[in-house]
Amino acid sequence: MNKTYPALAALALALGATTASAEKIKFDYWYGLTGDLGAVLAQTCDRFNASQDQYEAVCTGYDGYENVVQSAIAAFRAGKAPTLLQSFDAGTADLMMSGQFYAVTQMMKDYEIAIDWADYFPGIANYYSSSKGEMFSMPFNSSTAVMYYNTDDLASVNMAPPANWEEFGETLKALKAKNPEKCAYAYEPSVWVDLEQYSAINNVPLASNNNGYDGLDTTLLFNTTSAVKHMEDIKSWLDAGLAEMKVSAGGMNSQEAFSQNLCSFFFGSIANHSSLHQKHAEDLKWDVAMIPTEKGVERHNSVVGGASLWVLANKSEEEYRGVAEYLKFIATPEEIKFWVSNTGYIPVTNSAFETLSADGFYTVDPFKGREVAIASLTATVPGPLNRGFRLGSMIQIRSEWLSEVQAALAGDKTVQEAYDTAAERGNVLLAKFAKTYADKTLP
Amino acid sequence: MRRAYFKNNWIAALMVTPQLIVVFTFFYFPATQALYWAFTLEQPWGGGNTWVGFDNFRAILSDDLYWSSIWVSVVFAVGSTALAVGMALTLAIFVDRQLAGYKAYKIGMIWPYAIAAPAVGLAFRFIFSPGAGIMMYVNQMFPDLWNPVDNGTQAMATVIIAGAWKQVAYNFIFFLAGLQSIPRSLVEAGAMDGARVLRRMRDIQLPLLAPTFFFVLVINITDSFTDSFGIIDTMTAGGPSRATNLLVFKIFNDGFQGLDYSGAAAQSIILMLLVIALTFVQFRYIERKVHYT
Repeated sequence: MNKTYPALAALALALGATTASAEKIKFDYWYGLTGDLGAVLAQTCDRFNASQDQYEAVCTGYDGYENVVQSAIAAFRAGKAPTLLQSFDAGTADLMMSGQFYAVTQMMKDYEIAIDWADYFPGIANYYSSSKGEMFSMPFNSSTAVMYYNTDDLASVNMAPPANWEEFGETLKALKAKNPEKCAYAYEPSVWVDLEQYSAINNVPLASNNNGYDGLDTTLLFNTTSAVKHMEDIKSWLDAGLAEMKVSAGGMNSQEAFSQNLCSFFFGSIANHSSLHQKHAEDLKWDVAMIPTEKGVERHNSVVGGASLWVLANKSEEEYRGVAEYLKFIATPEEIKFWVSNTGYIPVTNSAFETLSADGFYTVDPFKGREVAIASLTATVPGPLNRGFRLGSMIQIRSEWLSEVQAALAGDKTVQEAYDTAAERGNVLLAKFAKTYADKTLP
Repeated sequence: MRRAYFKNNWIAALMVTPQLIVVFTFFYFPATQALYWAFTLEQPWGGGNTWVGFDNFRAILSDDLYWSSIWVSVVFAVGSTALAVGMALTLAIFVDRQLAGYKAYKIGMIWPYAIAAPAVGLAFRFIFSPGAGIMMYVNQMFPDLWNPVDNGTQAMATVIIAGAWKQVAYNFIFFLAGLQSIPRSLVEAGAMDGARVLRRMRDIQLPLLAPTFFFVLVINITDSFTDSFGIIDTMTAGGPSRATNLLVFKIFNDGFQGLDYSGAAAQSIILMLLVIALTFVQFRYIERKVHYT
């Protein structure tokens, strides 16, 4: 008897809920952000629902981007997919090839909602656009990588934050000479920072076909560029004790090592800016700067990370109208401000950034310093090598890179050998991806 | 041997139908789907697929690193099974001999099995962390001795220990039950004939425990091939440099994260065949030596 009561109560509640909001049109929205960030996202849903008497967003959180994409695929194949899906950079190629989405620019046009697409930072817009420049998904939580540094430690050796990697190496030496006990650089292998951001900032190709934007017959080129030398530099710093490996598997990742004032440098997403402010050793004074360039190389824009919102195909017109309202809602200046001030993400439009700057948002803690990410993203107008990466099987290519880099750092092979192997194995994956979509062309 | 028969086959059919439906829905249907995908290139969002015959298998089996993944899985299976069975047997024998405090042990020993694999992974990640956990003290005495982040062999040792620790509880229950079902009179008769503890164990208890031992062995080997994912995911993510990239973790990585459904399906088929073959070998060659009473 006891067991049936909760079930009955739940049923009654569900029935009550449907009758109460029967006039509202619902649409499903699945997202992959977790923890505090996921909670803020859920709040944007509540704010939207409170502002609406016509539509209701039913928001469901999943444990990470991979899971939400995976679940959405399974649901899509069963005809039960959400209307709106938060998907990450690595899922972009498969979604684009499938064609099972409703391009946001087209949707907003069809539903006559005016959005100034030119207002989006080109570095962000390009990442989610077709080769012809049509924006397929709605930029949402956007970030880029930056350099976090300990201001006290740099002051103790009278050095400014390094602008190029040569200076970075010298700074490490100076820090180590000053305080041999302290770890100068908390290193954590990150394909996003060490390879993807590096290639964009230094304007070197990661893959052929303009990083995959121009076709599926792409091959990887990162083993032929200065990215190899950069990795060799990192290895030499690790070998000389100037950098130390700080990864979760070792009990502490690079951000934790930095936040506990154990290491003077680490590299990571600007999205961590917020969490670092909330949790760090009391005596830690820190700031962020743009990732260094190679010496003598002109700085180019870094690439965007995070995720964007995709509208999936085969839904009803009413649901699309609801989603269009939701997308319009999150693009309003107040909502952008709510989002960026409660997370570490950056505003995605120029006007939102300017409004925030004019209000003095970036001059006070805890938001001070986040403008560095915008400066990094907008350092130049994105060229063919800094738009982003349109590669199939990107997750596996990233994992090949990591395995090979681990082998090189452990001394099992040279960095060049490791990069050659990673590129060679990645090329096999790319060829397989192209074969899977043999009957289609990249939009 | 006596067997029980149903007189009315219709009732029998009715009784087994629910179970058969479950098995077909959750096992045979997905398995045939995987079998089909293994021979095609499947587009994740369902835009169609191309028949490629044995291409997926050829690609996988001609990959050196896949063979190293098989090797790593075998090392993990043998290592964790040997450790888990050995530990469980020792503990069960102690409890069976009713040493001081055995009742508390009996309950305590069963707990680990109720802990989810990822939680076990997290706990052991801390224990074996070179800079933060218990192993930190070892590293302070012998600098750079312990570093599973860089050292593949040490990383493998940590996942084997974590995997075995989780399995010990399960094995322990079976061994203890097995030991307690051995008639006391046999052991007592041995004792009266002057056989000491170890002798009684070797000549009476262990041979009579053989059926349990065999069962536990088969379950452990199968389990370590198919159920080790949670520990790998939280402890090493297959690294460093693929040193702990077990087959089951590679399937998850390629299929669920990388959206390479066909490659992952082909790997699952190979894994399934491997586990079937191993189980067959165990039944064919080890079970012969087992005598059921």
